[in-house]
Formats: sequence, C-alpha cells, structure tokens
Amino acid sequence: MRGILRTAAYIPYRRLERAEISEFFSSPTSEGQRSVAAHDEDTVTMAFEAARLLLIAQDNLRPSALWFSTANPPYMEKTNANVIHSALQLPEETEAFDFGGGLKSSIGALKTALTSTGQILLAQSDMRNGLPSGEDERNSGDGAAALLVGDETDGTLLARYMGGSSITKEFIDRWRTPEDKASKTWESRFVESTYSTLVSRAWDNALSNAGLKPDTIDTLVLAGQNQRVKKQVAQTLGVNRVLDDLSLSVGNTGSAESALLLVSALENAEPKEKIALCSITDGVEILIFEAGDAQKNKSPLEDQIAKGGPVTYRKFLQWKGMLQVQPPNRPSPTRISAAAAVRESEWKHGFIASRGDRTGLIHMPPSRISVNEGDQIDAMEQEPMSNKVGVVATFTVDHLVYSENPPVIFAVVDFDGGGRIPIEVTDVDPDDVTIGMQVAPTFRKFFTADGIHNYFWKVRPVR
Amino acid sequence: MASKGIKDKVAIISIGCTPFREHWDKSKDDLVIDATTQTLASANLTTEDIDAYWLGTAQSGMSGLTLSMPMRLEGKPVTRVENYCATGSEAIRQACYAVASGAYDVAMAVGVEKVKDSGYQGLNAFPMPTAGTNRTLTAAAMYSLILPAYAEKYGVDEEKLRMVVAKIAEKNHYNGAKNPLAQFRREISAEQICNMAAVAGRLSVFDCAGVADGAAAAIVVPAEKAYDYTEKPLFVKALSFVSGNGSGLIDPEYDYTTFPECEAAAKDAYQQAGIADPKDVLAMAEVHDCFTPTELILMEDLGFSERGEAWNDVLEGNFGLEGNLPVNTDGGLKSFGHPVGASGIRMHYECWLQLRNEAPEERSIPRTERNLGLVHNLGGYPGEMVSFVSILGTEIG
Repeated sequence: MRGILRTAAYIPYRRLERAEISEFFSSPTSEGQRSVAAHDEDTVTMAFEAARLLLIAQDNLRPSALWFSTANPPYMEKTNANVIHSALQLPEETEAFDFGGGLKSSIGALKTALTSTGQILLAQSDMRNGLPSGEDERNSGDGAAALLVGDETDGTLLARYMGGSSITKEFIDRWRTPEDKASKTWESRFVESTYSTLVSRAWDNALSNAGLKPDTIDTLVLAGQNQRVKKQVAQTLGVNRVLDDLSLSVGNTGSAESALLLVSALENAEPKEKIALCSITDGVEILIFEAGDAQKNKSPLEDQIAKGGPVTYRKFLQWKGMLQVQPPNRPSPTRISAAAAVRESEWKHGFIASRGDRTGLIHMPPSRISVNEGDQIDAMEQEPMSNKVGVVATFTVDHLVYSENPPVIFAVVDFDGGGRIPIEVTDVDPDDVTIGMQVAPTFRKFFTADGIHNYFWKVRPVR
Repeated sequence: MASKGIKDKVAIISIGCTPFREHWDKSKDDLVIDATTQTLASANLTTEDIDAYWLGTAQSGMSGLTLSMPMRLEGKPVTRVENYCATGSEAIRQACYAVASGAYDVAMAVGVEKVKDSGYQGLNAFPMPTAGTNRTLTAAAMYSLILPAYAEKYGVDEEKLRMVVAKIAEKNHYNGAKNPLAQFRREISAEQICNMAAVAGRLSVFDCAGVADGAAAAIVVPAEKAYDYTEKPLFVKALSFVSGNGSGLIDPEYDYTTFPECEAAAKDAYQQAGIADPKDVLAMAEVHDCFTPTELILMEDLGFSERGEAWNDVLEGNFGLEGNLPVNTDGGLKSFGHPVGASGIRMHYECWLQLRNEAPEERSIPRTERNLGLVHNLGGYPGEMVSFVSILGTEIG
C-alpha cells in the first residue's frame, strides 16, 4: 500500500489586496488577496521552505528522491532540484530531478511517485505572473507544497492512494513561450466545453479504478486554471463537499495548486475520508485518496495563510518585474564562483556553522581555527543553524547598499544556544524591526549575475 | 604586546600632499607624480637619492610598477602595500622599518588613490570571486550600529548622541574650511546635519568621509642623519599595527561601543613611546573619522576620554582647535576627503605642519610645551578591523 506520508506548505509572507489593483486601474472592485513571493524568493527557495517544514524533526523519514516541479523554474538546463537538495543537506546518493515545464507536470510527478518505489519527496512550487490589470495577475498566487510519498512500511500513511485516472487531450487552452512573462488563453467557452466531456469520462474511470461508487467520495479537490470549468465540474460531479480552493486568500498557485490543495484537504480531513483530487490541466488527472490519522505540523497551512503582511501594488509590480525602477548608483554584484560555492556548500546551502571542540563557541561562518584559543585547530564540530531561532541584538537600515528591494535591513542576531551573525532581515518593514525581536533563518535568492542565482540565508521574523 | 618599537631610530624629513579632490583632470599617475616630486623637491632630493620605495594603494594599481613606471625610476625597489583604509600608514610603517633595519638610508612612502573614475558613488571594493555568502552591508551601515549601542550602554539619549556626532562633523568641517587642500571647505552646523535624511541607521551623508582622489608622500631617514636634510625633522616615537581576528562578528559579548583593535594598537604605541597618559602629553591627533561615530569611539579607545565620557568631552569642545587635545585639525577624512591609499600619509602630513608650526595661522594649534602628535588610521568595520597608530615628536628623547 502506497500513499502520502507527510505534507507541508509554504505561503510567502506578503499579500496583495486585489482591491489595490482595482483602485489603481479604476476597475470594478475584486475580492480577497493573493500571496506574493518577496523579491528574494523564487520557486526554488519556496519549494525548499515547504520541504524543510516537512522534514523538520522527522529523523525516521529518509527520502530516496527529491522531485521538483514548477512552471517557473529559476534555471533551464541546470537542475533546480539540486539547489533544494543541497539546502536540505540530503545525502549525495539521494536522487534529485526536475519534473517541470507544463502546469500538468506537478500532478504527473505525484502520480508517478505513487506508482513508484521508495520515499519520494515532491516539492512543488510556482510564482504566478500576469500582465498588470489582467485576470492572471489578480487571481494567481505564489506558494509551494511538499508531499512525501512512500509505502505504509515507511510509516503511518497520512493518505492512502486508492486509484485514479488520466485523460490526455491536446488542445490550445493556455500557453506561454519561455520568453514570455505572461500566459495567454483561448476563449473560455471552447475551453469549458472541451474539458466538460473529458472530466466526466475521467471521473467514471477513476471511480472504477479505485473500486468506489460516486456517492462514497466525501471531498472533491479541484485544481485547474479555468475558474468557470471548476465551477461547472463542482456542480456536475455531485460530490457534497468541494474543498475551498484558497482563491480568496492565496490565489491560484499554478503548478503548486494541486499539491497545496491536497495539503489543505489532509490538514482538515477525518480518518477514512475519501478525497478525490481532480486536476483539469491539458486533460484531466484524478487521484483518489483515503485519509489516515491527521499529522501534527509545525506550521500548518491555515496558520501561514492567517499570518500574512501587506505589500503595495507598486512593490508587487517591481517584484514581478513589471515596473523597472532606477537602481542605486552602485556597482551591480558580480557572479559567484562555482568552485567557492562547492567548497562552502554546507554553509552556503545548509547554513551549517562550526562549534569549538572545547569552548563550544559557535562560529558563523564555520572556521578551522577558533577565536578562542581554548579550542583545538581543525577540531571544530558541525553546528546546523537553519532550524534555530535567534533574537535581534541590534540592527540598522542601509539605504546605500545595492539591493533589488532597498532599503536593506541588517541585524546582529544572537541565536538561542549560541552563535552570532550580522545578517539581512527579510519579510519585514523597517519600522517593525525591534531589538529583541525573534527571527529565524530563511533560504533566499540574493541576486542574479551572469544568469547565476546566488542563494544564501537571511532571517525573518518569527510570526 | 611584545613590540620593541623603533623609538627615535628614524625620522621623517619631508612630506607632501596633493589637494584631495574629484580630480577629473588628473590620472592616478599624475597624482603619484605630483605628490612624489613635491616631497622630493622640498627636501632638495631627486629620485636617485631614494634607496627604496613603498607604494600604498588599495585598488588603484598593483605592484611596484604603479610608482616606478610613472616616476621612471631606474633600478629601485618598490613594494606595493595594501591594508584597507590604513594603506597609506602601512607604506610609512614599512619605509620606517626598512631604514631602522639599516638596509636603506633613505626610504620613501607614497600613497595614492584614484576613486572617482569608477562612475559610482562612494568607495567600491574590487570584486573577488566568492561563494556569495559574504556580508554586503555598506561601511556606513556597519558604523551606524554604534549609535544605538553606545546610547544604551551609557544611558545617553539617542537624540542627544545623534547631535554629539554631528558636532564632530561640524568641528571637522570647521577645520577643513581653513585647509586649502581639503575636499570640502564649507562649514556646516550640527543642526543642519541632524536635519538631513538618513542613509544608514541615523547617519546622513554628512556623517560620512568625503570620497576624493589624491596622493601623499613622505621620506624617512635614520634619526642621526635627520638634521642633514632639515632643521625640523619629525622623529618616529612609535609605530603599531593590529589586524583583528574578526571575533567581534561572532562574539555575543561584543557590543559595538569599542574597537578592540584600535585600543590594542594605541596601548602598544604608548608603551613604545613611553607615554603614560596621552591626553596630558599629545599636542594633537589625527584620527580615522571615516564616519562620525568612529571618531566618538576612538576618543575612548585611544585613551583621550574615559569610557562613556567621549560624548561629553565632544560637547565640551575638548577636541576642537582650541581644546585640550585638538583632533583632526586639517578637517579629517570628513572634510579633507578620503583617497584610501593616501589618507594615512595625509594624517602624518598634518602632524608635520602642526608640530613644526607651519599650519596656516587660522587653524594652528595652541603653542605649548607639548611636541608629540598621534596618527590613528584604521581599515575595515566594527568587529573586523585593522588599526594603525603612530606617534611623532620634534625632539629626540
């Protein structure tokens, strides 16, 4: 028996009120908010955060593979999953692959994992863009989800996979070339009519494959880009409960949507609840699960949704690359050294410090020789810092330094259990930083130079 | 500290300094030539008379060729040195040791920086290949951490302390206005500075050193031969240097109200020179006021003020031209400008003028029995710093 062992979600801190867009364009008011990845986040950093949350304090879980899915990859050709793999400090023997490109690749990865072997960690993430004033800009959201797929012998299944179906149909619904910033869509009427016949066939096939009758499905989870199609399907399939699609609080997270909604469904599921996940994207994919016992999550999706902070529409446009602003008159950063990045990988990706063998003094970054002469040379022990919490000892706001989002807030942070570092604070407004504020490390993209993304750690307030 | 020092073994017999400016019309070579020829001429020497050279530049050139090519030196040793913003002082230090060792009879230190050709504001470091994990904060922001830390530690109101450091800039601009070589020659009041927009923490642009091109040079000879060249040599009483171990960045005990590297360098220099209490014997001091809070902290690290008292001493005007211990009488980095490789030698140049009573009347220090001057020059940031201190005097003994 195979299924889902654990889940976690990551919703970036910032929220854009849709009313701000309406106000800017003097268009009819739209409801709700969308989640917004900060200027220093991308699909890799968000996927990492979700995967990290899933693995925290789960020493018994040992993924044999990491599969990353997104329709908005930071790199082409270079495998994005490797960055997440390194940040998670997974063993080199653990596989890492990208299942990316099309929006359907994420549900495809889940389906493949469910019929594969070993523990497979799925990290699915998307940053959704659209042209200003458009539906995609308004209705989309940024976020990530992680699912650990495995056998019941690996641990208690959070959800047992019962069966499913797949229908593939080539037609032009939604598309984007690699060069384009925004997607385009065909007329909705054609799209609705094409999907409606596919969904009913897929539904019958899935139920029969799982050996279930239609009225045994408790919850229907609908994923897909076309809201009208989802609405129609919700009415026609006759399932009592259709899961809230987070459209008012997060927005449609594209290739992360199906996994994110599954996380949401499983966080609130009763044992034995039958959940049908139906993804309507370039065809139809249906997966049916039976919920097991609920799990305890360090940071449940609901909590993350509740703990957002506002971003202005101006800043949103800047972050999305839709509004180019004058950069500070400072040299732009140069690309990082590949060789140095490999040498420092444990620090750069894993945020692993060193601890003096005798004094216990923590050195960030790690050091071969302690500043305390009581410690022996080359005898330091590794000290992982990424899951620790610290407090702001003092801080400053730097308006002069090169940044894609000035000003830069910098704090001297003292970690619980030792370790001090001067480090950038993100996901916070300058006026909200205080001495004594609790912060925790977060993996971010610092800048991109010569097409190479520089990933390293910042801290953000504990909320 | 176990340095023996070279007290009274060598003397400076000539120093020259170009104006510090945005020298759009002068190249690095022009500045090197101007400072070097001027310094040679005032001692009636030629390049042939110099046995060895030390050329300090942070990033305007590499190797001894930076000096030997523009000066067309024939068969002379030139060593290029770099030690962050203390580069100029490092060149002097090396020249002094070379003469003290007996290896050379006449050594010259030249410092130069051409920073205004980059097209960017501020100082910009060479990009070295890294893993991308290095801190990217500006120096201004790092030094801005001092104000809240100092205010809290000594119970000084933050608004008041902000005014105190603005007073330091006011003083240095007041002095610089009387200095024809200085970059900024306009007086500015502490109130005006306090009303400016903050660029880093509470600091405004006017809390930061001027960014200028410039060069300076000095000639060093054995003490016993000093009077062969000039009637008023300056004898080197002490030279100290501390390169920190970076512990301030990782040590939770470090509180951003002191620069341990500077305190240690000062202690070493006082021991070399045989000085018990610097504020009783020093006639003047040139210190590294890269940012206004830096000068505040240095008053305590150098022993000019008791711990927690520098802010009060600043308000009382103790470090003004008429004060007990005039500091940065030439305007300092703040007003004179900061061509990195030249600044350390420029500081010695001001001691040269003041101790020899050659400073312009409107900014000359009170004539007293005191005949010692101190130069403090640092590089780096709170927590990771290099620090230089020298003490010069007009008499042997």
